Amino acid sequence: MMRLPPFTYVAARTLAEAAAALAEHGADAMLVAGGTDLYPNMKRRQFEPKVLVGLRGIRELAGVRGSAREGLTLGAGTTLAAVAAHREIVTHYPALATAAGLVSSPQLRNMGTLGGNVCVDTRCNYYNQSFEWRRAIGFCMKKDGDVCLVAPGSPRCWAVSSSDTAPALVSLGAAVRLVGGGGERTVPLAALYHDDGIEYLAKRRDEIVTDILLPPVDGWRSAYLKLRRRGSFDFPVLGVAVAARLEGAVVRDARIVLGAVASRPRLAEKAAAALVGRRLTPELIAAVAELAAGPSKPLDNTDFTHPYRKKVTRVFVARALRALGGLGDAGRAVEAIA
Amino acid sequence: MNPQTVEPRMKARIALSVNDQPHELLVPVHKTLLEVLREDLGLTGTKHGCELGECGTCTVLVDGEPVLSCLALPVELEGRRITTVEGLAEGGRLHPLQQAFAELGAAQCGYCTPGVLLTAQALLAAEALPPRDRIREALAGNLCRCTGYTKILDAVELAALRLSRGARAGAGR
Repeated sequence: MMRLPPFTYVAARTLAEAAAALAEHGADAMLVAGGTDLYPNMKRRQFEPKVLVGLRGIRELAGVRGSAREGLTLGAGTTLAAVAAHREIVTHYPALATAAGLVSSPQLRNMGTLGGNVCVDTRCNYYNQSFEWRRAIGFCMKKDGDVCLVAPGSPRCWAVSSSDTAPALVSLGAAVRLVGGGGERTVPLAALYHDDGIEYLAKRRDEIVTDILLPPVDGWRSAYLKLRRRGSFDFPVLGVAVAARLEGAVVRDARIVLGAVASRPRLAEKAAAALVGRRLTPELIAAVAELAAGPSKPLDNTDFTHPYRKKVTRVFVARALRALGGLGDAGRAVEAIA
Repeated sequence: MNPQTVEPRMKARIALSVNDQPHELLVPVHKTLLEVLREDLGLTGTKHGCELGECGTCTVLVDGEPVLSCLALPVELEGRRITTVEGLAEGGRLHPLQQAFAELGAAQCGYCTPGVLLTAQALLAAEALPPRDRIREALAGNLCRCTGYTKILDAVELAALRLSRGARAGAGR
C-alpha cells in the first residue's frame, strides 16, 4: 500500500479558524479541500506537511452565487463536477464549464474543488514520481534537490502550470478573493501566478483562496480546448482558452490564454490585440493563431513532444476562434485531441 | 483557550456509516478510507490499485456519488453514507448490475469490477436508460486492463433495461 505519512488534522469550521491554524503552524501546515492533488503528492513525499487544515467543514466556501448578468461568485470549495454542471456557467461561461468538466475523471471531479484546481501544484516528468524514483535520479530543485533536470543550467524550476480552469478563468477576466490573518484582498486571477515552477502562486502562506469572481457576461463568448493523450485522467499538456466579445462579425475585445506551456497561465496578448476591431475571417484567424503560438514555449517535461505541443497551440487557437465566430466547429467548445 | 483554535488530532474517534451499518472507530487521521475499509472493517471488496487517483478501482459511493477511497479521509466523512460493493446485493440476491456482469462476462480478472459496479450504480440511480456514450462518460474514471470495455458497457445497458422494466412493472402493480 502507498500510505500517507502521519500528520495531524485540523477540521476548521470557519475561515477564521483555518487562518488561525495556518498562522499557528506556519510552514508545517498545508490546506486541504478535495485532497485530489494534495494526497497523491503526500504519498509521493512531494509535500510533507505536519499539519493539515481541512476546509471542508467551512460552509461559506461552497456554492455559486449571483447571476451571469451581474457576475458570479464561485466558492472555492465548489466541486469541479458542480462547476461543470452549473446551468448559468454552462450557458454563459462555457470555457469554464468545459475546463472543469475535462479535469481528470468523474470521481476526481466529485471530490476536487475549483479552488484546488486554481492552486493545483505545477507538474514535471522529473517531479511527479515516487520518492524512490526521484532519489534514484538525484532529485530536482522543486523537491529535495538543487538542479532542474529539464534545464540543468537553469537557476529556476520549469515545472508546468497544469490547471484546466485557470486559463479558462483568466480568459474570462476572473478575480480571486483571498482571506488571511491580515484581512482580505481581491486581485485579478492572472495576478495569482508567478512564472516559477516552485513559487508559482503569488499568495501568502497564511492566505486562503475563498472565492472566484466572474465578471458580468456582457456579451463575452468563450471556449476551452485541452490536449492530453487519453480522453480522461490526464492533466493538460496544452490548454487553450479564448474569450471574445463580438459585434456582428467584428471583435470588440478578446483574451487568449495558454495553459501548460509555462509555470503559469500565459496570456497571448499580441494575438488577442490583433483581433480587436477586425472581422473574424479565416485569414485573420490563421494570422492570430500564428501570433498565439509565439508565447507558447513548452519544454520537454510533460507527455508528448514539446514541438508538437507548440504546433497544436496554433491549431487549437484557430479552432477556438472558429467556434466563437460560428465558423464551423459548431459553436460548442469541445475537447479535441489532435 | 483561544476559541478560534481547533486542536489538531493524530487519532480520531470516527462514526462511519458503511452499507447502512454504523461503525465507531478509533483510527489515525492519516489512514485513508480505503485502508480503513479493508484493514479495520474487513471489507476487502474495495480494491487498491494505483492509490494516487489514476485508476478508479477503489471507487466507493459517498452519499450516492462515486469517489476514490484512496484519496478520502474518514475524518472528513462523518455523517456521510458510504456504500461499498458489499452493499450492492440485497437479501442475498445479486444487484441487477452484478447479475448482468456475471451473465455477460463483463469481469475478467475482476479487479476493477467493484469500482465499475458502484460507478454504474450511481449513474443508473440518476438516469434510468442512459445512452452508451453517457455510460462511457460516467465510467471514464474506471480503468479496466482486461475486457476492452465492450462487455462492461453491454452489461450496464442490460442492467439498465432490466431495472427500468422492473420499475415499470412495479409501478403497474
